[in-house]
Amino acid sequence: MTKMKHAANPLCMVLLILAFLVPGTAQAVVTVDINQGNVDPLPIAIPKFISAGAADTNAGSIEELSINIGRIIEADLERSGLFAPITHDAFISVPANSDIRPRFANWRPIGAQALVVGKVTPEPDGRISVEFRLWDIFAESYMTGTRYTGTPSSWRRLAHLIADKIYERLTGEKGYFDSRIVYIAETGPKSDRTKRLAMMDQDGANHRFLSDGEYLVLTPRFSPNKQEITYFSYFLDTPRVYLYDIDTARHEILGEFPGMTFAPRFSPDGNYVAITFAENGNSDIYIMDLRTRAVQRLTTHPGIDTSPSFSPDGNYIVFNSNRGGSQQLYVMNRDGSNIKRISFGDGRYATPVWSPRGDLIAFTKIGDGKFRIGVMRPSGEGERLLTDSWQDEGPTWSPNGRVIMFFRQNKYTATGAGGEVSIWSVDLTGYNERQIPTPFEASDPAWSPPLR
Amino acid sequence: MQSNGTFRKILVGLILGLFAASCAKEPPPPPPPPPVVEEEVAPPVDTGPTYQEGSLEHMVALAGADRVFFAYDSDELVNAARETLRAQAEWLNAYRYVTVTIEGHADERGTREYNLALGDRRAVAVRNYLVALGVSPSRISIISYGKEKPVSFCSNESCWSQNRRGVMVLN
Repeated sequence: MTKMKHAANPLCMVLLILAFLVPGTAQAVVTVDINQGNVDPLPIAIPKFISAGAADTNAGSIEELSINIGRIIEADLERSGLFAPITHDAFISVPANSDIRPRFANWRPIGAQALVVGKVTPEPDGRISVEFRLWDIFAESYMTGTRYTGTPSSWRRLAHLIADKIYERLTGEKGYFDSRIVYIAETGPKSDRTKRLAMMDQDGANHRFLSDGEYLVLTPRFSPNKQEITYFSYFLDTPRVYLYDIDTARHEILGEFPGMTFAPRFSPDGNYVAITFAENGNSDIYIMDLRTRAVQRLTTHPGIDTSPSFSPDGNYIVFNSNRGGSQQLYVMNRDGSNIKRISFGDGRYATPVWSPRGDLIAFTKIGDGKFRIGVMRPSGEGERLLTDSWQDEGPTWSPNGRVIMFFRQNKYTATGAGGEVSIWSVDLTGYNERQIPTPFEASDPAWSPPLR
Repeated sequence: MQSNGTFRKILVGLILGLFAASCAKEPPPPPPPPPVVEEEVAPPVDTGPTYQEGSLEHMVALAGADRVFFAYDSDELVNAARETLRAQAEWLNAYRYVTVTIEGHADERGTREYNLALGDRRAVAVRNYLVALGVSPSRISIISYGKEKPVSFCSNESCWSQNRRGVMVLN
């Protein structure tokens, strides 16, 4: 556990941590060397939630749920890299009543700076309610508390919602734990891969497939406000952009193009999809109005223009193009005017994705024989590389713009083995790199908007 | 000594009979081996190649390859590629009932979406060259697989160069 140097208010501590995390807002911390040590995560105590009843539910007993909900909250906070949940073995006492002030003297000696006391209660209608209170140990003050009620089977979501509340109160930023990932599950030999559309919670739970693997599918993207996914598929050997409705499980081709369409991406209002259409070897960017299916062409250059991504205000589109000789990043107005190159470093730049906060653009950088994930400001300044492996590609942002997920392909071995793909996440700092658990090899992750 | 002579004959007969009976258990002498005839087999009859005319194997046998290769991040047809395509075009012009699909592929050193565009450019470059050599464009369709269908698996140029390809597939 992290040793306390000063008896600081946890809020101040985490704001301090955030000062390192927010490039551009803090004056001096524009670049962070990824080889430097990590910031100290905040020690937080989350004793087992109190079970206020002994009912059995289809998701387990109240006692089991109170254990499991606490574990999910701890796991969410720990994975963020900003919090260090304290081992339960260190606890001097465990609260028996969540409605009274805790004995702060029992939590200070073990280094806790924040304490979460929670309770799970069976409701007469068969649902459960889960409530928590967050305490500042050194200020000996109450910080926040919320009660959520839902079906017992939604217990994971209830836990994620509480983790989001704790994260938000302690960091001042929205949480991202109540969110999902859509991605491509890969099975079979490299020479004949089966690729399936799959979806899971951000922590890898509740995994399910959305396509059967009969056709190759790639690059799924979540709608910002509907239960829809746009993706690229070789359905009937016709490579086109498709739309998938999660609730009705219907797949629909987008538009009637006389050639391949690919690289789809929703606009922030969910009303448009930017795509690339390849016509006689010339790939250009178009946008389609999903309400009228009207199509507008944005670029006309004979080179390759692809991988469009909207700014969060919807006014700009960043994309990559080889119009200057090699693959680089360009920004244009959403009507295709005023095209400006923004990447000028060594190497090639690809797959730009605008942060939901608007302050950064994540990209894949190709150079020195590697693919690495990096970020730069929309002006092109302040470039920082966050990963350093063999081939890291395809960044996607957490809903709060703090964490980037991407996929990683390993090097092949001398015998032709290897080359596995997996999904990883990394902080904006470049620290806290984690693999996301998936049942099969995985690529092309896309983070959902918050589920609320 | 009639009776005596008869007795002796019987005795001799008995002895001979016993002898014969005991000799019957010996194998008969082996027959002489059949004569071995040695002669040369007839030379094989040349029935020609096993592939059908107008098949992919036929095209590969005559044109030399079903694929051409590209430089990194390039859709330009190098001389070797043009040579292969000229032979393929000759074959296509001889078998005008054949329609083909040109697959454009890329190596793993480009990003997924960019490589779909690059594969498309490579397929189009192949198609355009075949059309310039007199093959009707209506007989050629194209598809890009980007880096999704590699054929060679290692992390160096020896594999990458095999994966940067335009492949002719007969429909």
